[in-house]
Amino acid sequence: MNEFWVLLTGSLVGITCGLTGVFLILRKTAMIADAISHTVLFGIVVAFMITQSLSGFWMLVGAAIAGLLTTFLVQLLQSGGLQEDAAIGVVFTSLFALGVLFITLFAGNVHLDVEHVLMGEIAFVPWDTWDILGFSMPKAVWMLLIVLLFNILFLFFFYKEMKLTTFDPVFALSIGLPIVAMHYSYMTLVSLTTVAAFDSVGAVLVVAMLIGPAATAYLMSKSVLRMMIWSMFFGITAAITGYYLAKLWNTSIAGMMAAMIGVIFMLVFVFKPHDGWIWKMFKRIKLKDTKVHVES
Amino acid sequence: MLTGNLLWVLIGAILLGVAAGLNGTFAFLQKQSLVGDAAAHAALPGIAIAYLVFQQKDLPILMLGAAITSALAVYMIQWIVGNSKLKADAAIGFVLSVFFGIGIVLLTIVNQSSAGNQSGLNDFIFGKAATMAKSDLVWLSSSALLIILMCLLFFKEWKLMIFDPVFAKGIGLPVERLRVLLTALTVLTIVTGIQAVGVILMAAMLIIPAAAARFWSNHLGIILVTSAFFGALSGALGTIISSFRTGLSTGPIIVLCAASLFLISYFFAPTRGFISKSLKKKAFKQRNVVKEAANHE
Amino acid sequence: MDALQVKNLSVAYEEKVVLQNVNLTIPVGHLTGIIGPNGAGKSTLIKAILNQLPNKTGAVHILERPLNAKDHTVGYVPQRNAVDWDFPTNALDVVLMGRYGHIGMIKKPSAKDKQIAMDCLKDVGMEAFADRSIGQLSGGQQQRVFLARALAQEAEVYFMDEPFVGVDAATERTIIAILKDLKAKGKSVFVVHHDLQTAADYFDWIILLNQTITASGPTEQTFTEDNLQEAYGGKLFFMDQTKSNKTFN
Repeated sequence: MNEFWVLLTGSLVGITCGLTGVFLILRKTAMIADAISHTVLFGIVVAFMITQSLSGFWMLVGAAIAGLLTTFLVQLLQSGGLQEDAAIGVVFTSLFALGVLFITLFAGNVHLDVEHVLMGEIAFVPWDTWDILGFSMPKAVWMLLIVLLFNILFLFFFYKEMKLTTFDPVFALSIGLPIVAMHYSYMTLVSLTTVAAFDSVGAVLVVAMLIGPAATAYLMSKSVLRMMIWSMFFGITAAITGYYLAKLWNTSIAGMMAAMIGVIFMLVFVFKPHDGWIWKMFKRIKLKDTKVHVES
Repeated sequence: MLTGNLLWVLIGAILLGVAAGLNGTFAFLQKQSLVGDAAAHAALPGIAIAYLVFQQKDLPILMLGAAITSALAVYMIQWIVGNSKLKADAAIGFVLSVFFGIGIVLLTIVNQSSAGNQSGLNDFIFGKAATMAKSDLVWLSSSALLIILMCLLFFKEWKLMIFDPVFAKGIGLPVERLRVLLTALTVLTIVTGIQAVGVILMAAMLIIPAAAARFWSNHLGIILVTSAFFGALSGALGTIISSFRTGLSTGPIIVLCAASLFLISYFFAPTRGFISKSLKKKAFKQRNVVKEAANHE
Repeated sequence: MDALQVKNLSVAYEEKVVLQNVNLTIPVGHLTGIIGPNGAGKSTLIKAILNQLPNKTGAVHILERPLNAKDHTVGYVPQRNAVDWDFPTNALDVVLMGRYGHIGMIKKPSAKDKQIAMDCLKDVGMEAFADRSIGQLSGGQQQRVFLARALAQEAEVYFMDEPFVGVDAATERTIIAILKDLKAKGKSVFVVHHDLQTAADYFDWIILLNQTITASGPTEQTFTEDNLQEAYGGKLFFMDQTKSNKTFN
């Protein structure tokens, strides 16, 4: 049964992050997600300092605010004339350092160590349960389900708006779409997804799950909808294979899931028919051969 | 206060700050700041592999392992961007998280072996500047000096290569080799610093001083000097402040000192700073309102 | 009725003033070319008119009302290179985006919207490519898709940013035929254009712009050597008084 919960949690992380990650890739904001995954630490610490509790709800609130703050600060620095990559780098490393400092100063003896934040403890998921409406399920599963529901609702209602503001924001603005509000709503969702997932799998796997499956799906999709489906599929596959390999080699589950994301990406990247790397190399060699023939 | 080891830590932190400040500026101007972030994260698996292969934790060996995987990560980012429609941000995020994930897998394996448990490899994630051994600090300082020397030596060539690679090629500069050298030096900076400030905050040392310096000038020479100065200052301040109280890790404090310098630059720098810019914008609006009023009469 | 009225419009990026005190009044039913040298602020003018720039002063009226996106009076073709053509979608879907303003938030496109989008694709001769990934289209085909999207907006006033850049001759002919057709239907069209050779043939109204308006009016009155010299700051050299001319930069 415990194995079931761990697998379910991993798969839910795969689905939720896979779905959310699609627009991160399309909007070229993958690194903002990386930044957010680091700064949620700051949000959680501050939430803890204010409420003196580690309840899931306040963690979600703290993380959402930290995520918005990150997005806002990056935007602010950019409008102040700093290039985007540097703006992201400055914001997230500073807030992360501040988070680490706050932990050592104010929350040193609480169950909130930084390694846990980075790597997660998915193996402990089944023991921390919540009872809601008579159902007893691990807290991580509840949180992931709620956030997944938010994600699905948002994308269901604003699918076409997200698509247009991503593809052509200038045109979207000209027909009166609220592109700024869309951006911040979406970034709030990314923050919520991050915090729901990273409690169980850690900040680094969140980044891997947000970016990896969607990037893989991007290589092989002709529509946004199909990209979403592929992305979720790759997310689940990485979670399940990663879990069993980690069990086999007795190592970090979250780390192994991230590694599997890398493996899946590489497989698609290298072997994909028509424009995979091998295919292209093969074509290049053939082209050279014909050239040689012509010359001789 | 300045007893033997602390003095060495201070020297190491200052030299590291200068090296990262100089090197980070070149990365910044190439819009490659976050590549440094990825390279720093990617050092982790290299450290673990080096330990697993050689079964010892001599810093030079671990640094070599870190350098290899860092360089591999940078190369992989370029390979992905060059061979697919994926953009740089996705490639960087992907490589960063996957390499770090692999690093954690390997680190867990190291920690499970009885000897590995005391290897202290976990320190590489957050750094342990204050408690570094003197021999390690000597390594750090000499490596930082080498980086500083190289940056001064190739200043002119890199400047041209970044500003106008086509022209640089035209006058016979080996642009590709210069680029590889710069990347190699970035990797060296990272592996030099990770034991002191950790893989995650190492990126900050590369990015923040350079970004702060950019607000003060449009001349590469001045930016480089300012960035190196900011790096050194945050290194020194961070080391001193964190020595006041036990339990404060040096890495985050150094980064926060750099961040404070950045905030000062962002708001108060002449011409490019926020305040001076806002004043100019206001003046523009006022000028036009006055003009408009005049037109209406 | 005036299609466009601009009063005292000024725009600055950072420290640089891009548009200075622009004043324009253009009646409906014209095919207008916005002409000027590189860096004259042509694209900026369109963006400022469409209320896309924060740092501007002055007033803009379209069809004698302040711009309101919800009126659906304005159609827009941004520069083609402003978007990422690797985006996973097909040609018909992009044209359908032109209907989003009419459909409204949250609601899904109806069968009628899809029909209109398909008809617009037909108008630009691209119906065979409806299912094609946009990344596989040529530059000219991408530009036609963009034009079809603007047509799907069913607007009264159209703004187009450099629609002829990097397109093949056939596409250029198709586009100009459609623009003339729009004019015949009583619509007003504004086109940022940089090719002086074709300007007089394409447009019946010309705006000459170089940071500020140097001339605006019917082509035969505006498109004169003196006016062009003024707009281009004397950089223009006429090889032949009738048509062929060259710019030196």
